[in-house]
Amino acid sequence: MADVRKKVIAIIAEQLAKPEDSISESSHFVDDLGADSLDTVEIIMAIEEAFSLEIPESEQEKIRTVGDAIAYIEKHAKA
Amino acid sequence: MSTKGGLLEGKRGLIIGVANKRSIAWGITQKVAEAGAQLCLTYQNERLGENVRELAADLKNPLLLPMDVGSDSQIVMAFDEIRKKWGKLDFVVHAVAYAPRQALEGRFVETSREDFRVAHDISAYSLAAVCNAAQPLMAEGGAIVTLTYLGGERVVPGYNVMGVAKAALESTVRYLAADLGPQGIRVNAISAGPIKTLASSAIPGIGSKLKAHRSHTPLQRDTDQLEVGDAGVFLVSDMGRGITGQVLYVDGGFSIMAG
Ligand SMILES: NC(=O)c1ccc[n+]([C@@H]2O[C@H](COP(=O)([O-])OP(=O)(O)OC[C@H]3O[C@@H](n4cnc5c(N)ncnc54)[C@H](O)[C@@H]3O)[C@@H](O)[C@H]2O)c1
Repeated sequence: MADVRKKVIAIIAEQLAKPEDSISESSHFVDDLGADSLDTVEIIMAIEEAFSLEIPESEQEKIRTVGDAIAYIEKHAKA
Repeated sequence: MSTKGGLLEGKRGLIIGVANKRSIAWGITQKVAEAGAQLCLTYQNERLGENVRELAADLKNPLLLPMDVGSDSQIVMAFDEIRKKWGKLDFVVHAVAYAPRQALEGRFVETSREDFRVAHDISAYSLAAVCNAAQPLMAEGGAIVTLTYLGGERVVPGYNVMGVAKAALESTVRYLAADLGPQGIRVNAISAGPIKTLASSAIPGIGSKLKAHRSHTPLQRDTDQLEVGDAGVFLVSDMGRGITGQVLYVDGGFSIMAG
């Protein structure tokens, strides 16, 4: 599960061009990391791809922090 | 990317609609570049320009220009630049669509006049505007390809005004093909199966559409950007020289099924 955390942070760091150590579980994509709406959609898509998930739109709207993403993946990922 | 003896060796093409690496336009870009074409990529705004510049780093001498297809003056500026740099153009890929988000929620019957107008302006009229700007650069003939979806022909729940705009786009293809045929300019559309992209993520239920596609389509799998890209290479190359005004389905066969 520490793996999930690491992978999620790496995805977000790449998408937002930010160092990994500036990102923590409590980081809010928009408020803390300066993501715009395009970034947010791209982060969700990258997570879906990396973890072979399809996140329904209603759930996507709830994923707003790094921790939200990790919690969702831990609950739904197959592998 | 190898260019020796490619189908598009010596050809110059404009690609409109790259937003990120998932864009259908990017799938087509990779394939036409592989076939030897020299390319101009336009981007809708500076924010997407960053993505385009990053992706285009792999291309050979690309021309990168801003162009919002909702603006006549930006279309003029971009084509002016192409004329100055290249003096001619062999093909254009138009992979652009937009509908205000609220128009894709709820029922089509409630679509506002303004949302209807914007969807048709950006998703259908822009093809005519681009063809008109391109024709002086296509004195030796040329080929234009746009992207459409089955929702323009049949009702796909949630696709709403975008489907109506795709119907207009497909008809626009036919009228343009008739107008431009005598000049040796061909105009066609590719109707792609559902693909996860920025644009499609705004369509309600895209996840379940992808699943239905996988289980109901003869080829039993998702459509991908690169196979759309290969069809694009075919249509803009000499191999497609007898084809104009058509909609080519690149959807794994989904559109032939009744259920
Ligand atoms: N993804 C699918 O499932 C699918 C299926 C069939 C057809 N299509 C069509 O393929 C085309 C490309 O879409 P995509 O799925 O690759 O998504 P995308 O989001 O990657 O591409 C859409 C592009 O349209 C551009 N655009 C929107 N408004 C614009 C404007 N005013 N000026 C300039 N550019 C503008 C965006 O910048 C973006 O690059 C669209 O016409 C879409 O309808 C998509």
